[in-house]
Amino acid sequence: MTEAVGSTSLVRLENVNKHFGTLHVLKDIDLDIARGEVVVAIGPSGAGKSTLCRVINRLETIDSGTITFDGKSLAVEGRALAQLRSEVGMVFQSFNLFAHKTILENVTLGPIRVRKIARDQAEKRGMELLERVGIASQAEKYPAQLSGGQQQRVAIARALAMDPKMILFDEPTSALDPEMVQEVLDVMISLARDGMTMLVVTHEMGFARRAANRVVFMADGAVVEQNTPDEFFTNPGTDRARDFLSKILTH
Amino acid sequence: MGALVEEFPVILGAFWLTIRLTLASAAAALVLGTVLAAMRVSPFGVLRGVATVYVNTLRNTPLTLVIVFCGLGLGLVLDVSFSESLSTNYLWLSIIGLSAYTAAFVCEAIRSGINTVPVGQAEAARALGLTFTQNLRFIVLPQAFRAIIAPLGSLLIALTKNTTVAAAIGVAEASLTMKSLFERHQDSVVAIFFGFALAFLVLTLPTGLFFGWLSRRLKVVR
Repeated sequence: MTEAVGSTSLVRLENVNKHFGTLHVLKDIDLDIARGEVVVAIGPSGAGKSTLCRVINRLETIDSGTITFDGKSLAVEGRALAQLRSEVGMVFQSFNLFAHKTILENVTLGPIRVRKIARDQAEKRGMELLERVGIASQAEKYPAQLSGGQQQRVAIARALAMDPKMILFDEPTSALDPEMVQEVLDVMISLARDGMTMLVVTHEMGFARRAANRVVFMADGAVVEQNTPDEFFTNPGTDRARDFLSKILTH
Repeated sequence: MGALVEEFPVILGAFWLTIRLTLASAAAALVLGTVLAAMRVSPFGVLRGVATVYVNTLRNTPLTLVIVFCGLGLGLVLDVSFSESLSTNYLWLSIIGLSAYTAAFVCEAIRSGINTVPVGQAEAARALGLTFTQNLRFIVLPQAFRAIIAPLGSLLIALTKNTTVAAAIGVAEASLTMKSLFERHQDSVVAIFFGFALAFLVLTLPTGLFFGWLSRRLKVVR
């Protein structure tokens, strides 16, 4: 899966630092993600992977450094920031579907309110996307009536409905029962195949091997090493990565 | 009992005024309370400050003071006028007082409702590109309101009873009417009192039951 990746960068982080109080969660992060590239961030918990994901659409602010998206520096607030966020999809660990809206309304809210697309058009496209993730028959239900795996697939459809230039996945399968992980990963793999630019924070090494162009290994807030999945899993370059892999791949 | 039957049209008229006073003040308090709550959670320090001062002032001032200020301060001294008719003018002034006072409590109820909405809901909305106002309007407030329907019902019951304070500036709602009936029928004050108390019960009990039912029906399942 290393072929067919564009060479122009979509997201560029330069010298990014972030603290939570006294905790230094992102240390001098430099990272480029090219158009169409699928980057998987892995590492021990507390390494700063989720924060890395969240600073890209500014759900977390940064203390120093620069983040550019699609050639433009990240807006600080207001409409320009909302505009940026509408171009970057986000899938959360805890799904965060709107609890008071039906499945279809969850998928059409963004297009109707942010993109100002006509309701019938948004619903037609919403149903297509729900079809694609295999939830079309549940369109009139509410999130609490669906299983975790189904909710997460709806969340992916909700992100796709905005026609994003990129989707951020913040541990999308960590809150799922084991038997539901694969249905979500299948949707993500098909997205990757279709050329969606993705940054995926995950502990699913199988997904990293199958779908990623690049693995970024983080520890203690810093990027320790990055490489193609094959190279990283078979021949890690640092002790820190070897240690981490030995702990998760032995069983 | 005779007095109650004899004065029935008068009592009915008084309670009709009580109902109108309640509904008008409730509507205004709901709107003002929502605006205040939005200000209290807004990213702008000045708005938060203004709303906080408002709520703390109005919530901690006796209602009688507020109503008397509206009637005498606004009405007589500052000459605020809504109508040629003196009684209509005092009616409006009492609505201002009642809704300004109740709005402070509505604001706090909404704010506690906002706290029941998981932070992930607002985050997901922000991630879609919704602005702060859209986020409040489509995601946060609808869920917050569903969580506080029962407390809002209690506020409406309190407001219904609080309208009697408008008697202080001569609005002929239920309590002022009861007072004048006492003077006219001194032999049956007990019957008149129980008649009025019962009429308030007829207004407030169904309100409580209705809001309880609504709250169960509209509850957000997570």
